[in-house]
Amino acid sequence: MVSDAMKPFVHPYIPNSVPEVKREMLADIGLNDVAEILAEIPPDLRLDRLLDLPAPLMSELDLKRHVQGILERNTSCVDNLSFLGGGCWSHFVPAVCDEIVSRGELLTAYSGSSYSDLGKHQARFEYNSLMAELLDYEVVVEPTYDWGSAAGFAARMAARISGRREVLVPENLGRERLSIIRELCEPDYMERHLPVRLVACDPLTGRLLLDDLKRSLSAATAAVYFENPGYLGQLEPGAADICALARAAGAVSIAGVDPISLGIVSSPGSYGADIAVGDLQPLGIHMSCGTGLSGFMAFRDDDRFIAECPFAIYTIVETDVPGEHTFGELLSGRTSYGQREKAPDWVGTQTGLWAICAGVYLATMGPQGMREVGDTIIRRAHYAARALERIPGVTLPMADAFFKELPVCFDGCGATVDDVNRALLERGLFGGRDLSGDYPWLGQSALYCFTEVHTRADIDRLIAALREVLS
Amino acid sequence: MSDAREKLEKNARLRREGGLLRDFRAMHWDEPLIMEMGRSGERGVIPPQATDVAEVVAPAEDLLPATLVRSLPPALPELSQPQVLRHYTRLSQMTLGVDVTIDIGEGTCTMKYSPKVNEQLVRSHKVLELHPEQPEESLQGILEICHRMAGMLGEISGMDDFSFQPGGGSAAAFGFAAMARKYFHERDEDRRDEVITTIFSHPCDSACPATAGYKIITLMPAADGYPDLVALKAALSERTAAIMITNPEDTGIFNPGIREFTRAAHDVGALCYCDQANLNGLLGVSRAREAGFDACHFNLHKTFSSPHGCKGPGAGALGVTAALSPYLPAPHIVAVEDGSAENGIRYRLDAQRPHAIGKLRAFLGNLAVVVRAYAWTMSLGARGLREVAEVSILNNNYLEAQLREIRGISYPYVGGHRRLDQIRYSFERLKEDTGFGTEDMKARFCDFGLQTWFTSHHPWIVPEPFTPEPCETYSKEDLDHWAAAMKRSVDDAYDKPELVASAPQRQACGRIRTWERFVEPGEWAVTWRAYQRKHGCGGLRDEQDASALDEAGG
Repeated sequence: MVSDAMKPFVHPYIPNSVPEVKREMLADIGLNDVAEILAEIPPDLRLDRLLDLPAPLMSELDLKRHVQGILERNTSCVDNLSFLGGGCWSHFVPAVCDEIVSRGELLTAYSGSSYSDLGKHQARFEYNSLMAELLDYEVVVEPTYDWGSAAGFAARMAARISGRREVLVPENLGRERLSIIRELCEPDYMERHLPVRLVACDPLTGRLLLDDLKRSLSAATAAVYFENPGYLGQLEPGAADICALARAAGAVSIAGVDPISLGIVSSPGSYGADIAVGDLQPLGIHMSCGTGLSGFMAFRDDDRFIAECPFAIYTIVETDVPGEHTFGELLSGRTSYGQREKAPDWVGTQTGLWAICAGVYLATMGPQGMREVGDTIIRRAHYAARALERIPGVTLPMADAFFKELPVCFDGCGATVDDVNRALLERGLFGGRDLSGDYPWLGQSALYCFTEVHTRADIDRLIAALREVLS
Repeated sequence: MSDAREKLEKNARLRREGGLLRDFRAMHWDEPLIMEMGRSGERGVIPPQATDVAEVVAPAEDLLPATLVRSLPPALPELSQPQVLRHYTRLSQMTLGVDVTIDIGEGTCTMKYSPKVNEQLVRSHKVLELHPEQPEESLQGILEICHRMAGMLGEISGMDDFSFQPGGGSAAAFGFAAMARKYFHERDEDRRDEVITTIFSHPCDSACPATAGYKIITLMPAADGYPDLVALKAALSERTAAIMITNPEDTGIFNPGIREFTRAAHDVGALCYCDQANLNGLLGVSRAREAGFDACHFNLHKTFSSPHGCKGPGAGALGVTAALSPYLPAPHIVAVEDGSAENGIRYRLDAQRPHAIGKLRAFLGNLAVVVRAYAWTMSLGARGLREVAEVSILNNNYLEAQLREIRGISYPYVGGHRRLDQIRYSFERLKEDTGFGTEDMKARFCDFGLQTWFTSHHPWIVPEPFTPEPCETYSKEDLDHWAAAMKRSVDDAYDKPELVASAPQRQACGRIRTWERFVEPGEWAVTWRAYQRKHGCGGLRDEQDASALDEAGG
């Protein structure tokens, strides 16, 4: 009997693993064994053993059962009713979005040309165009990793454009996002670091305090970054004032926005932000434990902004067939593929598929769908807020003007967020994210998120569970 | 035997021998832009409505601050669902993904088969509908997969610890540079402000540390094409924080002196980082650890099969030795023994990491990509990974034997030595002979239904470059086909230059006419909105209609 180790290894993913084919190919190039090529690697660097890995599951069904068996240990937001948000959110995903991003042609494409990947390029241009309408800008670039990265790269752009160094951000900024921005802006022991300074927010409304902003602005200010809505869910009615103050001080204004709010909330372009960033994930992209995040960026059609943007920017072009178009990268030598370390920062594989998905989403929703979804979210969230407020001891420390998220404080109940969330989990609910560590001034508060996926009945279930838990 | 049958067999034989190219014609839908489609009032989907709370909550306008009520609705198109679906399906049909054709031109990017079963796995709600901040006990499955994958990558690389937080390979390179700056700062070695790389390392190995604040020194190869140890030693100093290099380099050349490179860097106290975005030729063959590296990264969307998705989402698995492990970004996935847990192990997220750098990306990274990579690795095992490497190397050398016979194509360096899984070739001679360079050839080549190649290999040290990477996914017939298409394209450049000058002829669209659009700010149009402003209100359709009318009238 031949032992497994001696049997030919023919794998379904590797056509040329068939021994006969390998022999033919080797003969063709005058070799007996691939080992003759591996001699290019010094012997002491060549592994003289097989890797110590689990035995392969070469049967597709065995593999599927194995991985599914592990994944079964997850409890998803389908299994449980979730009120988590804070940078990744449960939203309705139209079936058309799933269908298109599952198309193998797009799923497995990469950097094909204006001709061979016309469809990909057009879908990308359409994403740009649709987002441009939602945000009110003429330039939309390929999206980066996530909201925080988009904000951090925008801050670096602002520093290069303005020739200044200081970046102002609201103190309520999400701690992860702040950390990403700081990492991109470099620590203070690096020579070219961009100091990131916190601007105070009103503790009751969450809004940026304009007086503190005015005090903080100076000839050193490169960028004023603010969010609308912010991490804690609060809208920023002073958005236009913030942008005007930044402009008057010679700084670049950067607005972080939630795109799913923009069917009902003013666009960042309309209130004068120089750059808009945010996350595409709400626009038809599943959370996938964070895999759905995608940081978009848009700005005015300004050569300086384009020159300093790290990411690829595509333009529509005409072909030699009248009326026909294709698309390609403008100033393609501009990015790090062309300039290496002399480029503005870096570009690489980021989140291209999610741009296409967001485009499909906006085309499917149309203006009416975007208005309706915004309306449903804000009304359901307000319904939830009113019901929460009526629970004895529960307070809403920052519920002045919010879109879909808000802190819910349990100090008056004598309970910690951790206690509450454990009790909710036993009842099949994921409570809001614990804010007590990051925002101690909010006491035992959790960030609750309500969207169009939460029906009135879902919210009532949460309220009933909280009443039970807190009684 | 009938004539038809005989012809079929003959064609099949010719195709096997690379003598017959497919008579390709791309899908050409003449598809309008979505901004030009639809009719006012059409709906693509009805989202959940607020009717269930309408009696108790006022409409949005009354809930928003007056300054923030959107006055004009976004000018999005209005389309019914079948129109949207058909439009995007048509766009997909005009895109040559790996599922459709041979895409070996993106050297270093390893365009391999992304198994369908892995797609089924990540489309379960057990992945799709996970929130990254759920309680740990509800994420045990995905954390277990990450932990197992980190363990397997540890064995594959020799590294002690991994993070999946970087959203791509470049983000991992940036992550390493951020770790290096913190590592040295804690050692009072802030004077280390330089990173050394080589010109044939990936661009991220210079651009990412530069973004992290480092000065970059780029080494040119020695005359024989091998990385230059003498030049490295001259560049190394007490100011060197790290060397960040790709091996094998983009030329496909494995640096046989790599051990001396890392030793020389360590001798001055610097760290050594190996960019292994593409590990394909070294899987189970050689490890970064034994070569002396302190850290490396793997692109899980390249070597480990997760699909590229029109440029992401990907994942850069960042691996480090124990000495650097404390600097990996938090949170860190750890396994603890727990009698009450399934299998006796519980997976935890450790956020208490005082030496950790800041976040590279929100939450834990692109974990669906890790699930796919895990499934791919588990389907292959140790023998399979070794087979991947050997077949990739074999495929590359088999293709080389065909390409070197084609006039106009050459490749410099290391004469007499073989490359591993890719080679950077040059159309320099073709350009001298015919005037057609690598960009021209791309346009002609894709007329055969094959994906084009990536030319962003700047600066073009290898003139007019192209870098095929025929990884394990491709059959002998695929390679024969690709080489035959290349030969025909080159022959056309010499013999039928008009075909190349006007290429493509068989693609979804014609040749670009308005080249000024790429460089002139007044001309380029990144969005439909900008296009209308810069090039008149009339849409593309109007222009086409006018031209059709002209023809009819003429």
